[in-house]
Amino acid sequence: MSQEHLAVYEVFVRSARGLDHKHVGSLHAESPEHALMYARDCYIRRSEGVSIWVVESKNITASQDNDTENFVEPMDDKPYRHATHYVLPDSVNNM
Amino acid sequence: MRSQDEEALLEEFERKIEAEEKIEPTDWMPEAYRKNLIRQMSQHAHSEVIGMQPEGNWITRAPSLRRKAVLLAKVQDEGGHGLYLYSATETLGISRSEMIEALQTGVAKYASIFNYPTLTWADVGAIGWLVDGAAIVNQISLQRTSYGPYSRAMIRICKEESFHQRQGYEIMYQLAKGSPEQKKMAQDAMNRFWWPSLMMFGPHDSESAHSGQSMKWKIKRQSNDELRQKFIDQTVPQIEVLGLEMPDPEIKWNEERGHYDSGEINWEEFYQVINGSGPCNHQRIKHHVKAHEEGEWVREAVRAYRAKQAAKKENAA
Ligand SMILES: [Fe+2]
Ligand SMILES: [Fe+2]
Ligand SMILES: [Fe+2]
Repeated sequence: MSQEHLAVYEVFVRSARGLDHKHVGSLHAESPEHALMYARDCYIRRSEGVSIWVVESKNITASQDNDTENFVEPMDDKPYRHATHYVLPDSVNNM
Repeated sequence: MRSQDEEALLEEFERKIEAEEKIEPTDWMPEAYRKNLIRQMSQHAHSEVIGMQPEGNWITRAPSLRRKAVLLAKVQDEGGHGLYLYSATETLGISRSEMIEALQTGVAKYASIFNYPTLTWADVGAIGWLVDGAAIVNQISLQRTSYGPYSRAMIRICKEESFHQRQGYEIMYQLAKGSPEQKKMAQDAMNRFWWPSLMMFGPHDSESAHSGQSMKWKIKRQSNDELRQKFIDQTVPQIEVLGLEMPDPEIKWNEERGHYDSGEINWEEFYQVINGSGPCNHQRIKHHVKAHEEGEWVREAVRAYRAKQAAKKENAA
């Protein structure tokens, strides 16, 4: 069986307890259980993580790169959502 | 009596707490830890959501378009904070509708400060500066809480809170440096929100019902009184910069302690408001119920959409 016929899984690794799982890459596998094992062998060989999530790639709904204009850019003209937008006297500026 | 298994699980749980390792949703945890967290986290979530009301009251009456955009963005953030916290609480096995039900029937509490009315525009400044300021002190400490999802929600929320406090202080600063009427308005708002802000940290350590166990399990990392003192110490110099009179005549630097001394809180008022008799308790819950009921058509539309999609799939198969 060629790899192309296997499902693709995205791999997320939590590097230490208490931190978020972060995306680290993907791999092919014949089942979620196998994907977990491959991910262990591939991505945490040097103890890079204490927990792994695998998600079949087709189950991920992603925003489209060619739609950034409508999707992301409306946030660009709202500088007042940032703390730095507010100018305060020096002595209280650590707020 | 505990089984041997449970004894071992408890030992492992306590080892993690001791070693500053976070507890994650899939880990075994004592029932009392879970319950304690659900109480504290859902109360925190409800506070974010109910807290939208006193400020929301001023969105349509903000004095300029800029102030309106800022206030809208802040209130929107608070709704988001509610979502982060409800989702984190759901990892403990309680559903959203159970939590909403507990809020609406008065079984669950929320921060008593949101039961005070916002009478003038200066109140919006006082809330951002003092109420968010007090919340930040508490939330910074909770970034180190032992429950992973709670800790991560706190880290995310703290990043967003700084703008809330700064926009509030900016409003106060402008008013305090403005006309005599504006300055008076700022003074009045601060006077009214000062004491309820101090109450946000909860009863004295000696009176606090849940504190001991929460500290032992590292759900809370600093005591109510420690956090309150921290807030007072950082806020007094900010009052001085505004050039306003202290809201409490007993505020005085104590060289020996290295902290500000201050007067005693009116605890009778605190318990009155917590137990439902504050100026706006009734209004806040009534409004929440109304908004929830008016949103029913949205939930209904979601269910209809889901049924339609399922039927489509069935037909295609
Ligand atoms: Fe918030
Ligand atoms: Fe908050
Ligand atoms: Fe806030």
